[in-house]
Amino acid sequence: MTKAGTTLVAADTPAPAVPLPRRRGIELALIVVAVLLSVYGYCAVGLAKSGTVPPGAAGYGAGLGVLALVAHLAVRLRAPCADPVLLPIGVLLNGLGLVLIYRLDLETPGDRAAPAQLVWSTLGVALFIVVVLLLRDHRVLQRYSYVCVVAALVLLTLPIFFPSVNGARIWIRIAGFSIQPGEFAKVLLAVFFAAYLAANRSALAYTGRRVLGIDRLQLPTGRVLGPIVAIWLLSVGVLVLERDLGTSLLFFGLFVVLLYVATGRTGWIALGLLLAALGAVAVGQLEPHVHSRVEDWQHPFASIDAGQGPNQLSQSLFAFAAGGMLGTGLGLGHSILIGFAAKSDFILATAGEELGLAGLSAIFLLYGLLVERGYRAGLALRDPFGRLLAVGLASILALQVFVIAGGVTGLIPLTGMAMPFLAQGGSSVVTNWAMVALLIRVSDRSRSRLGVPQGEEAVR
Amino acid sequence: MTRHIRHAAFFCALLLVALLVNATRLQVFEASSYDGNIANRRAPIARYGQPRGDILVGSEPVTGSHDTGEHLRYERTYANGPMYAPVTGFASQVYGTSLLEHTEDGVLSGTDPLLSPFPLWNDLARDRNPGGDVLTTLHRGAQEAAYEGLAGRKGAVAAIEPATGRILALVSAPSYDPSVLSGNGSSVARSWKSLNGDPDKPMLNRAVRKTYPPGSTFKVLTAAAALDSGVVQDLDEPTDSPDPYRLPGTRTSLTNESEGCEDVPLRKAFEWSCNTVFAKLGVRVGAKRMAATAQAFGFNDADLRIPFSVAESTFDPKVDRAQLALSSIGQYNTRATPLQMAMVAAAVANGGKVRSPYLVERTTRASGATVSTGGAGPVRQAMHPSTAVLVKQLMADAVREGTGTNAWIPGATVGGKTGTAQHGLGNSGTPYAWFVSWAKGDRDLEPKVAVAVVVEDADADRGEISGGGDAAPIARAVMKAVLKSSSGDGS
Repeated sequence: MTKAGTTLVAADTPAPAVPLPRRRGIELALIVVAVLLSVYGYCAVGLAKSGTVPPGAAGYGAGLGVLALVAHLAVRLRAPCADPVLLPIGVLLNGLGLVLIYRLDLETPGDRAAPAQLVWSTLGVALFIVVVLLLRDHRVLQRYSYVCVVAALVLLTLPIFFPSVNGARIWIRIAGFSIQPGEFAKVLLAVFFAAYLAANRSALAYTGRRVLGIDRLQLPTGRVLGPIVAIWLLSVGVLVLERDLGTSLLFFGLFVVLLYVATGRTGWIALGLLLAALGAVAVGQLEPHVHSRVEDWQHPFASIDAGQGPNQLSQSLFAFAAGGMLGTGLGLGHSILIGFAAKSDFILATAGEELGLAGLSAIFLLYGLLVERGYRAGLALRDPFGRLLAVGLASILALQVFVIAGGVTGLIPLTGMAMPFLAQGGSSVVTNWAMVALLIRVSDRSRSRLGVPQGEEAVR
Repeated sequence: MTRHIRHAAFFCALLLVALLVNATRLQVFEASSYDGNIANRRAPIARYGQPRGDILVGSEPVTGSHDTGEHLRYERTYANGPMYAPVTGFASQVYGTSLLEHTEDGVLSGTDPLLSPFPLWNDLARDRNPGGDVLTTLHRGAQEAAYEGLAGRKGAVAAIEPATGRILALVSAPSYDPSVLSGNGSSVARSWKSLNGDPDKPMLNRAVRKTYPPGSTFKVLTAAAALDSGVVQDLDEPTDSPDPYRLPGTRTSLTNESEGCEDVPLRKAFEWSCNTVFAKLGVRVGAKRMAATAQAFGFNDADLRIPFSVAESTFDPKVDRAQLALSSIGQYNTRATPLQMAMVAAAVANGGKVRSPYLVERTTRASGATVSTGGAGPVRQAMHPSTAVLVKQLMADAVREGTGTNAWIPGATVGGKTGTAQHGLGNSGTPYAWFVSWAKGDRDLEPKVAVAVVVEDADADRGEISGGGDAAPIARAVMKAVLKSSSGDGS
């Protein structure tokens, strides 16, 4: 189907004429389960730490329940055909994240992060509702792709003017709040990439010069490729300046995946991997901050052997190992030994220690399910922008989970990034809710399109 | 485009699989190597996260646990720390454990699998058992009498119940308070440094870890060997020994502290502690036979555990006749721990049978259920029962009318032997005062206690150091304490 444009459209399976069940009842049931699981975790922490159910359990459950319920009503109202699994997964992961942060707060009485995280979660759900209510059709976003890219670049550039925190220049401080603009930028960039590639994919796929006489390595003309490479270079450059390797890696991965999906050119993968390898080697050698991360990854116990005690990564590995198959139980682990960033970048270590491999696998599978539902929506949609947007959002989640989870478990070099929904971090949780809202929107479109005759498909 | 979306989805699935496989590797297959890493604080946190089990004397604990509320939560406390330190040892969060705290650590810290009624359940639930208790064989009164008797003078006391081998008292002075080592602060490091740098070595357990020349107390053993081998058959028969005695093959003459040792029978020689008589007896018995008897009493055994290890008491079998003569009066390179000499006295009191000494009566779960019991060590016959009867007579006579009268207790039969051991280069050191003894209450069927006391007082004048003067009163106090309680029990 990569041979000609006509076959490409024809390859999409025509929609069956049977109406799809809307499954809003299932969504509600799953949300109830998610809220109950979160409240159960909250109670388990209190019972393990002090032998009593925490006094705020009812309030916490009610708060989370009301938030979830309002979100569910918004979906019922404006996206009745949306995938019923997306919202409950978001609620469960967010609830679980609050439980883990609350649990770690008990170890650091002077530094409580759970209340702020709850406020940010509320803001996130509010944004979710706003997006679901106001954005009637995702294709509207296509029109604003250049606004998105400018906004993204501004957001990425802003932290340069603020002081660096712990070696990374990725925060801005406004009125006592720390905001990580890069988090918002990734959604905006996904929208831009999807829109741009949807508009230009034919040019990218079928024109250009062949390299070394091989079809697959055909490079597009500079006119088409120029803007996208320029923007990519700019964003990566900004990130290297800000020393946020994780986000940089994420953008790069997103870029390559979307390029491949849009054009179907294996050459992009090869080129992407080549660029990634070159970039990784160069940055790993030249940038001391990154270089030390690579060293840590290769020899996590070097600091122990040197008599300086365990570093964060080895503490994280200790935490995972202590969890074993079934975990120590909520509230009974010692992941706080990780110290700095235990509630944010290393939150997964707490899950790994206290919930064990069983709980950790469940969390990974929840993310997997979220990603799979995103891809499924992408597959079912017809418009290229929607497909690329769905794939892009799902890929952001997948890559982000892989980069941070792989980092804290010693699979790849560690890069500071927030575990979606779980980790402490307001910008992250708000962004994640926005992403779920967009996924809800596209899945609603894809599933309602499947259920209704072609002619009735409304485009605003 | 659909196919490429599927490819990308497949790629994401690969990432998920990689995460799951890596998590399984980390959490299941390689977990134990991370758990065992020395820098991993989880093991100490778990270890000190619960109160440590207690060490009991009688029914009263002599240890405790203090909740500090810190990261390593419970610290060890000791009631009467210095008195019981030679038994309990220390349990430090920094410097590990010693003595009973060390050998019984599994029970005390709760890791011993026997503590759990259902061991597999604990593995699954990751529960740690509450620490179990260790009940010692110590006799509180005897321990107090020994500690107060030494009153800080350098020395040691060991007391045994002859019929069983139960250790009733184990005291070493000067001592230290092990609670200063319990925690993990800077004061602990300072205490550790000053205790280790102290020239008086307060952390040395003199009762079991230091060997002394036994001096005249060794004559108990020489007498047993002479009687057992038939060299002497009658306690009242003259022994045909000169005074002074010229050591065989040398020009050195051995003399006595007391007059009239020439040719005296064994009974008198023992009463007056005649060096010449016993030196010659040892030579007549022969090195091989002497060594065999010493070994039967427990000498030359590096493997004794009570349950912590006891320094090896030595009697050299490869000596010439002059050396053997000196060895036979507890000099030359003959060395013994106080516990070993208590074992010698106990064997005499127990019809020649040596019971392995032990300190742990029983270990229990926190609930009180017994985990293990002590005292299953081997029994050796060190001399004929008839010989033991005769040596008992010798020791009893020595207390009634000889050098050991300071140990006499009304209403009881006491047997003992004094010793004043020379040591140092050319015997220049302040001599050690020894006393070994046993006692049987008049209403008891068998001796209830055997004691060995050493006083090494560097400050005293050389002439004033003597087994009868310095050591015997301490032994007497210990024996009295034991006899008093055993008659009080009606047993």
